Amino acid sequence: MTVTEEVRNAVPADAQVVLEASGVTMRFGGLLAVNDVNLTVREGEIVGLIGPNGAGKTTFFNCLTGLYKPTSGQVRFAGQPLAPKPRAVVKAGMARTFQNIRLFANMTALENVMVGRYCRTSSGALTSVLRGPKFRREERATRARAQELLEFVGLGKSSEHLARNMPYGDQRRLEIARALATDPKLILLDEPTAGMNPQETRQASDLIFKIRDSGLSVVVIEHDMRFIFNLCDRVLCLVRGEALIEGTPAEVQSDPRVIEAYIGTGEGDDEDEDEVDVEQAHVQDTTVSEQQEEGR
Amino acid sequence: MMRIPNLPESFTSKHAAKGWPLGLAGVALLIIGSFLSWSYDSNILGDLSFILYPGGLQILAIIGAVIGLLLLLIVKGPLADRFGPWLDAALGIRALGVWMLAYMVLVLVAITTESTGLINVDPGGWVSFVGALLLFLAGRFIPLREHRDLSRAKVPGWAEVLAVAIVMAAVLFGAAFALGREDAWSFILFLVFAGGIAAMMIRSGLLTWFGHVSQRQKKVLTLSAFLVAFLFPFTQSGSDANMSIATQVLVFAATAMGLNIVVGLAGLLDLGYIAFLGSGAYVAATMSQSAFATIGWKPPFLVVVLVGACVAALLGLVIGSPTLRVSGDYLAIVTLGFGEIFRFAMFNLDGNNGPNLTNGPNGIPGIPDLQIGGFNFGDEHTVAGIDLGRFSNYYFLLLILIGGVILVFSRLNNSRIGRGWVAIREDEKAAEAMGVNVFGLKLLAFAVGAFLAGLAGTIKAHQDGAVSPDQYMFLESAFLLAAIVLGGMGTIAGVLLGATILKLLPEKLRFFSEYRLLLFGLLLVLMMRVRPEGLVASKRRQLEFHEDDEELAVAVESDLVGETK
Repeated sequence: MTVTEEVRNAVPADAQVVLEASGVTMRFGGLLAVNDVNLTVREGEIVGLIGPNGAGKTTFFNCLTGLYKPTSGQVRFAGQPLAPKPRAVVKAGMARTFQNIRLFANMTALENVMVGRYCRTSSGALTSVLRGPKFRREERATRARAQELLEFVGLGKSSEHLARNMPYGDQRRLEIARALATDPKLILLDEPTAGMNPQETRQASDLIFKIRDSGLSVVVIEHDMRFIFNLCDRVLCLVRGEALIEGTPAEVQSDPRVIEAYIGTGEGDDEDEDEVDVEQAHVQDTTVSEQQEEGR
Repeated sequence: MMRIPNLPESFTSKHAAKGWPLGLAGVALLIIGSFLSWSYDSNILGDLSFILYPGGLQILAIIGAVIGLLLLLIVKGPLADRFGPWLDAALGIRALGVWMLAYMVLVLVAITTESTGLINVDPGGWVSFVGALLLFLAGRFIPLREHRDLSRAKVPGWAEVLAVAIVMAAVLFGAAFALGREDAWSFILFLVFAGGIAAMMIRSGLLTWFGHVSQRQKKVLTLSAFLVAFLFPFTQSGSDANMSIATQVLVFAATAMGLNIVVGLAGLLDLGYIAFLGSGAYVAATMSQSAFATIGWKPPFLVVVLVGACVAALLGLVIGSPTLRVSGDYLAIVTLGFGEIFRFAMFNLDGNNGPNLTNGPNGIPGIPDLQIGGFNFGDEHTVAGIDLGRFSNYYFLLLILIGGVILVFSRLNNSRIGRGWVAIREDEKAAEAMGVNVFGLKLLAFAVGAFLAGLAGTIKAHQDGAVSPDQYMFLESAFLLAAIVLGGMGTIAGVLLGATILKLLPEKLRFFSEYRLLLFGLLLVLMMRVRPEGLVASKRRQLEFHEDDEELAVAVESDLVGETK
C-alpha cells in the first residue's frame, strides 16, 4: 500500500499549493448543490473529482471558475483570494473545459485557440486600426502560439478546419488547447473522455499526463473509474454536494461508502445510470487492484 | 424564385442540336431590332424612335445580346476550350434568356401603357422581342452539363485584374445610367436588366469565380472600387440633382457601416442608432455659423468633427454601460427608447423647458457650407472641363469618410478584438470563461459605432444646411438596420449595396413612395425566408444562419483552407 502510494504520488508534500478552495457552498433556492467542499491542489498534481450524477461536480467547477458566485466559502489561487469572476479567474491562471463541448463552432480550430490568447494579449481598438509594429508582432505571436498548442494536443494539421466539422474527439482536444492558450497554472477538465472509445480515452490520459509534465496542475471530473484511478494522484468523491472522501485512488476505491454511493441505497431516483456506474466501478475496482498486485 | 418547368426530356434531346443556332438567331434579331426603332412615340422611355441610333434601353438590350453571344460561343465555338470546363454557360444562357424575355415583354408593356396602346410599338421592338424569345427557347434546348469545376479556371493574373476592372466599370456605368433615368419605367427596366446580368453570373458560376478573384486581388478591388466612386461625379456633367441623391446614399451608407460594427460584428441589436448621427449633426449645427446656432464657440470644422464624434461616443457609453450587461432583447428595447428620448430632447430643448440649445421643433436652419482652410464646399469647380457642383464637394468628403469607416470596420474585424466579437456571438458564456472581456468588447463596439455615426452627422448637418428633430425618427434607425440585413450583416460590400438599394429605390421610384414601407417590409420578410444571411453573405454569418447545413460548412471550410494555401 505505502509503496504504491509513493510510486503514484510523485508530487512532494511540500509542493506549492496552487488552488485552495475552502468551505465552498452553493445553494440554488432550497437546493444545496455544493455543501462545504474543500479542495487543495498542489503544483504538478492531477486530482480527480468523482461522484454519481447530480453530485455537484460541475457546479463545484462553476464555483471555482466564477461562472457561479458561491453562496459562501473562499477560493484562493496561488495564495491570493480569487474573485468569482470568470475573467479574473482566467487571468489568475485557471482555465477550464466544458462537459458539453462549448467551442466557437463557426470559427476554425486555430481561431478558437487564438481566442484563448485574448486575455494574455493587449492590442486595443486604436492599435488594431492603426496596425503599428506592436500589433503585428503580437498578432504573429498569437498565431504562432496557437499553432504550437494545436500541435501539442495533436491537431496541428487541422488548424484551418471549422470547429463544427471536426470529429468529436478532436473537438474535446481542441477545447483543451483553447484552455491551454490562456497560459494556465491549473486546468479544470470536465469529463474530457465522455463519449470516447477506449483508444481515444487512452490518448486523452496521455495528453493529460503530457499537460502535467509541462508543469501544470490538473483537476478532472470523470465517470470512467479506470481512467481516473489510473490518472490521478488524489481523488475527491462528492455525493449529494458533500465531500464523501478524499484520498489516493487506492483509498477511495476501497472505501465502502464510495461503492455504496454508486450503488445507492434504493432511494436514488436515477437508478438506471447509477447501476451502469456501479458495474463499471466494480469491474474497474478489480482490474485496478489486480494491477496493483502486479505492481507489488 | 420562380421556377419555369423544364420541357420534357424526350423533346429537348430531340431538339438539342437546334438550341445553338436558335440562340444565335435570337442574339442577331435582338441586336438588329435594337438598331431599329422600338417606339413610334418619341417622348417616352428616353426616346427609342431613332433608326441606327439606339437609345439607352436599346443599348442595354444590345449588351444583353452580346453577353448571350459570348455564352453561346462558350457552349460551342472558339471559347469552349478556355472557358467551357469551368463556366456553366448553358445555365447562364437559360437565366439570361428568361430575364431578357422579361425585359422585352416589359418594354412592350411600358410602350403600351406610357403611350396610347400597343400600336405604338414599332417593328424594331417586335424584332427584338422575337430575338429575346428565341434566346429564351435556346436556353431551354441547349443541354445542361450540370458540372463545373472552378479549380480548372486557369486565368492569368492580368486577366483577373481586367475582370475586376470590367466589373467596376460596369458598376460605374450602371450607377450613372440608373441615376440618369428620369422616368420610373426606364428605371424598372434597368433593374430587370441588372437582375438578368446578376442571375446569369450566379447561374453560370461567374459570380463564384469573381468572389475568388476578389479574394486574391483584394487590393486591386478596393482601389478600383474607390476609383470608380471617385470618378462617378464626372459622369454627371454638373447635374446636382443626382449628386444630391448620391451624397444622401453615401451618408446613409457610412452610417450603416458604423451600425454594421455594432450589429454585424458584435451582434448587438441597436434600434436607436440614428440618435448618434443626430447628436453629431446637432453638435455641428449648434457650433456652426448659422444665425440660429446656440453656442457661441465657433471652432474650425476639424475641431467640430472631433467634438461631435466624441459627444456621440460619450452618449454611446452612457447608454451602453447600464444596458450592455443584460442580453439580447433588453438592449433592443433600451436603444429604441433612447432613440426616441433623443428626438424628444431635441424637440424640447427650446428654451421653454430648460436651456435653448436646439430651437425645438424648428431646428437649426441656415447652416452655411463647410469651410476647410480656404476651400468652401459651396463653390463650384471645373475639373477637366466637367462642372462639379456643391454636392460633388460633399460627395468627395463623404467618400473619404466612408473609406475611413470601412478601414476601421475591416481592421477591427481582423484583429484580436474582432475574434473576441465572433466568440461572443458564438457562445457568450464560453467566451467569458476563456477570459474574453465580454462587457468591455460590447461597450467598445457601441462606442466605436456611435463615434463613427457622430462623425458622419457633423458632415450631414452642413450638407443638409439644417437640422430638425424629425430627421431622426425611429424609422431611420429601422432603415439602417434593414440595409444591413438586406445587404448582409458583417460584410462591407453587402451593406454598401443594401444602403444603396434602400436609399436609391425610393428616390427613383417616386410613385411607390406611399407603399415604400409595405414593400420594404415584404422584401425583408422574403429575405428572411429565402436568404437570411443577406445578398452578400459573410461566410461566418452564413454558417450561423444555417446551423444544420453540413454541405455548406464543408464548402466554406474548403474555401478557408484554399485561402491560406
